[in-house]
Amino acid sequence: MDRMPAWADVVLVPLISVLLAAAISAIAIVLIGENPWEAFKIMVEGALMRSSGWGYTLYYATNFIFTGLAVSVAFHARLFNIGGEGQAVLGSLGVTLACLFIPWPHWTLAIIGSSVAAAAFGALWILIPAYLQAKRGSHIVITTIMFNFIAAALINYLLVNHLRPMGSMEPASAVFPAATHLPSFHDMFSFLGPKMFRGSPANVSFFLAVIASIGVWLLIWHTKLGYAIRSLGFSESGAKYAGISPVKIMIIALLISGGLSGLMGVNATQGEAERLILNSAEGAGFIGIAVALMGRNHPLGVFLASILFGFLYQGGAELAMWTSIPRELIVVIQALVILFTGALDNLVRWPLESLFVALRKKES
Amino acid sequence: MDLSTIIELLGSTVRLGTPLLLMCLAGLYSERAGVVDIGLEGKALVAAFFSAAIAYVTGSVILGLLAAIAASLVFSLIHGLASITFRGNQLISGVALNFLASGMTVLIAQTWFGQGGQTPALGDVRYKPITLPFADTLEPVPVLGPVYHDLISGHSILVYVAFLLVPVTWWVLYRTRFGLRLRAVGENPGAVDTAGVSVARLRFTSVLIAGLLCGLAGSYLSTGLQAGFVKEMVAGRGYIALAALIFAKWRPWYALSATMLFGLLQAVALRYQNINLGDGIIIPVQFMNVLPYILTIIILAGFVGAAIPPRASGEPYTKER
Repeated sequence: MDRMPAWADVVLVPLISVLLAAAISAIAIVLIGENPWEAFKIMVEGALMRSSGWGYTLYYATNFIFTGLAVSVAFHARLFNIGGEGQAVLGSLGVTLACLFIPWPHWTLAIIGSSVAAAAFGALWILIPAYLQAKRGSHIVITTIMFNFIAAALINYLLVNHLRPMGSMEPASAVFPAATHLPSFHDMFSFLGPKMFRGSPANVSFFLAVIASIGVWLLIWHTKLGYAIRSLGFSESGAKYAGISPVKIMIIALLISGGLSGLMGVNATQGEAERLILNSAEGAGFIGIAVALMGRNHPLGVFLASILFGFLYQGGAELAMWTSIPRELIVVIQALVILFTGALDNLVRWPLESLFVALRKKES
Repeated sequence: MDLSTIIELLGSTVRLGTPLLLMCLAGLYSERAGVVDIGLEGKALVAAFFSAAIAYVTGSVILGLLAAIAASLVFSLIHGLASITFRGNQLISGVALNFLASGMTVLIAQTWFGQGGQTPALGDVRYKPITLPFADTLEPVPVLGPVYHDLISGHSILVYVAFLLVPVTWWVLYRTRFGLRLRAVGENPGAVDTAGVSVARLRFTSVLIAGLLCGLAGSYLSTGLQAGFVKEMVAGRGYIALAALIFAKWRPWYALSATMLFGLLQAVALRYQNINLGDGIIIPVQFMNVLPYILTIIILAGFVGAAIPPRASGEPYTKER
């Protein structure tokens, strides 16, 4: 018999972990000499009380949904893809090449082309680590970390030496043609009011992220491949006994993971920057880890956690603007969420388990 | 390339290789005892910040060093708590600590000094170069004189400490009872437990040793190599050290050669930027910068002798009941 009901493990443990992280963050704000409640109000005001605030929150959330789904698909096969950042950067490169060198007549076609390129480049960037993990047992964490650095150097090299337009000093590619411009929320929803989402970067890729979430849900729980991925994560020897090839499933799961990370480029590079810049992933690849852990690797959880982190990102920018609290507070919160939900989860789970056991004894 | 250029390049190799060596040895103690540590970067980063901050405020390098070690040890304790006591995921704990360090250092630096997340320049409050005996008298001797004077002498104390720690680590690991137990707990913790030795205690000890060494590395970075703390100043060195550890296959002497090789690559990249091989073939500086990672992946691929980590590394130990 389980020590603890399933709902407590799925909802209560992450919730308490996040509250712990929030409490420590509040203490940090007090130590800086600001009022945590005031800070929270500024964050809510800036991120959720205006449509343009929502436009930023949802834009960041779109990035995190992609990278979070990527991490969670790998987690289902019990693999830790920490290379989301590199894969997202490569995905952005794919988007850039598709947008710059193919004359798209309309954005509806361009987004299909750039999505395919983004996913393909992202998947390509995890191919070597995936192969080495599956065939040679080289640890995926180490290799994907190395590939993050190699990706950053590669993009730096390409921007400085090849993609930079003539005469430009800035390491950035040329601006994409107008036909590849993705409709922003402002373009789409201005019939609700001329100020709706004005000046904010949320764009049609958000719906791509929603589709990806549903796709991952279907994949993991409603296909043969998803079953194979989960059984591999549950027990490699069990999976092998059931006739599942661990090498094949491992590589496929990681390629899907890399492709999802790469798709982030559609939102960040085509939807917002409209050209390739240095550090186009802005750390979203790493937030994917926090989001996947918090969302318990379920697409719905990842979606909700991404909105929360989108809110933190946008709220953090507001805090940096109006108070003496630097933006790096968000990095601290992110670290605490990863620590409490990912590494110290037993700190919460064990006492809860004994609590439930004690309650049950009382009942009987 | 004349002698003085070579000596300069090698001197720079030693300086850039030292933080890598310290962090690599830190990782060696931790991973040999079965606790994977990808938080080397973060520990060195908090250490670098507290070293520079306390040295600036108190005017004392020693207090800075102590603060660096203390901060790094606190991070080690959290890592130990997560990965030994609460049997959590060691990789995730390491990732979290790296982010914590990256955010926290800027947050505190901004609150204390208000200079955009860095400490004020340290000026003279830094590790002084140590001139070894007879360095000046021997300088006129051809070849050996300049090598002794410019390459071997004239580094700060932590460089010599780092090099000394290589034979010390070898001795501890292979010639002491503690070292035998440490290696055993990384290979087969169950056997160590059966022999009546506490697994948790051994692992905590090695994780704390790793913290101490990362503290030295961080302090050297901000208070020796550079004059103050700047945001993200460890700049991926923790991961290069991790790469060197794999390159060295978790052995101390190889760790020395691997870190010095990677130090040399950094020194070359720093000095020459793009390298022109003639005929229009140019090695871009970005390639030099990532060469350590590429070499490590080739090693990991097992084409040049397999790199096999300690068998129990990454696995939390659950006592049999």
